[in-house]
Amino acid sequence: MSEQVISVRGLHKSYGEVEAVRGVDLEVERGEIFAFLGPNGAGKTTTVSVLEGYLERNAGEVEVLGVDPGHADRPWRSRIGFVLQECRMDPLLTVRETLRQYAGYYRSPRDVAETIELVGLAGKADARAGKLSGGQQRRLDVAVALIGDPELLFLDEPTTGFDPSARRQAWEVIGGLRDLGKTVFLTTHYMDEAQALADRVAVIASGRIVATGTPDDLGGRGEAPTQISFDAPATEPAGDLKAAVGGEWAGENGRIVVRTTEPTRALHELTGRALGGGLDLSRLEVRRPSLEDVYLELTDGGGDED
Amino acid sequence: MSGVPLVLHQFRFEQKVFWRSPAAVFFTVMFPVIFLLIFSSLFGDDTIEELGIKTTVYYVPGIITLAVVSASLVSTAIRLTEMRESGRLKRVRGTPLPPWAFVAARFGNSFVVSVLMVLLVTAIGHFIYDVPIPTETIPSLLVTLLVGTFAFCTLGFALTALIPNEDAAPPVTNFVVLPLYFLSGVFIPQSEIPQGVLDFSNIFPIRHFFECFLAGYDPTTTGAGFEWGNLAILALWGVAGLLLALRFFRWTPKNG
Repeated sequence: MSEQVISVRGLHKSYGEVEAVRGVDLEVERGEIFAFLGPNGAGKTTTVSVLEGYLERNAGEVEVLGVDPGHADRPWRSRIGFVLQECRMDPLLTVRETLRQYAGYYRSPRDVAETIELVGLAGKADARAGKLSGGQQRRLDVAVALIGDPELLFLDEPTTGFDPSARRQAWEVIGGLRDLGKTVFLTTHYMDEAQALADRVAVIASGRIVATGTPDDLGGRGEAPTQISFDAPATEPAGDLKAAVGGEWAGENGRIVVRTTEPTRALHELTGRALGGGLDLSRLEVRRPSLEDVYLELTDGGGDED
Repeated sequence: MSGVPLVLHQFRFEQKVFWRSPAAVFFTVMFPVIFLLIFSSLFGDDTIEELGIKTTVYYVPGIITLAVVSASLVSTAIRLTEMRESGRLKRVRGTPLPPWAFVAARFGNSFVVSVLMVLLVTAIGHFIYDVPIPTETIPSLLVTLLVGTFAFCTLGFALTALIPNEDAAPPVTNFVVLPLYFLSGVFIPQSEIPQGVLDFSNIFPIRHFFECFLAGYDPTTTGAGFEWGNLAILALWGVAGLLLALRFFRWTPKNG
């Protein structure tokens, strides 16, 4: 039985003459990590701000946890947690004090020490927030988002500006939220982040949803051709090789690129000829289209609109 | 938590942050004390003929005015701007903490620090410069302190609308209050200030707060010392500040 935690139908939002969001539909189910992708200016932040109850919409039906966020009240706010894109906690309060402060706002908060443990800040519990590294501050942010024991978390670009190891750690924390049964609405620029964390992905471009699906199937990625490439041999490959391998052949920067929907058979033919000595497959590479390839295609290069 | 316990909870953390902030403690606590010592040692033995009181008696309520405005208007504007630009105000707005509880805790912080400063400045004035401690006028002083911190706090909330970023907060608030300290007779005895200037400063709340406190500390004052006219104008500024804050105060950062 699936249950909709977020349900959006025909959301519209304009700023004066500019239509930032032009008819967005979204469904997010309980317990999933849902990644919301899109270039800057595509309407991503506007959509999230409406869902979080910060922004009023022009048209459309929006329900978050069964409530219209335009009529947000205390009980509703206590069921939702946030990590905002830009937020520095009070530099003069310690990690523990910060969490105690926020815990006091909720009726049934999580245990402070346990939450500190969960985000991996146990060793820093009595350090002031101002003394934490960037990655540690972000984890404090996540801990504050969790302290009210929310059902739904909005994470807005939670790892922007992280070094690779801090990102891995943050991913572990976010992945762990799924095990706690939380629903996570994740906004991100990083395709590897969506690939690693998300159960489902939606891509927004020019104010409209252009694709939704699992990271592996998004935009027909599941059926898209596999790309086999190798250095172009000194002599032109025999015509019967192309016929036997199949797929579409092209030459790019001294490489031969074969796009095929039957990669197993194609590779078998190619490597068979290579072992037989008739073909040099230097620097052979096999690649499925990445989430990023699909994303760039969907968003028309992913560039800014404004 | 909800209601009064929630306000006290929020107040407790506002207090922690205040006393841990070197800038807040220096400018609100140390600065007025240093000014009291400087003014009193420079002009301490003089008598202000027109008022018939010693200069030190005049400067105690003057420096209290400085401290109260600093604890309410200045520190509120600076702290809220920092909270807004760091994204923390937006974040707090997204929690179940009701806005009125947040605001009440902010008022509470200013009021408590103001009371402490009244006690500290009065004690220094009394033990070093022999300034009499008011007793008859305590109720009027308390009412003035309540109305004054309310007015200066709401004005602090409203003022944040004019402050674009964190760095601009101290210069903008000081640009607003510093000239008024001079023009309102807080730093310079009012007998030295031309009437036209006093008429101008009479438009603003700092002058009226000071006049209430001066009446409270003036040994020639008879009765309870309530300056109803001044209190009314101070309260009006509080209402104006409240309306401006409701209209222009923003929880979300201006940059970003």
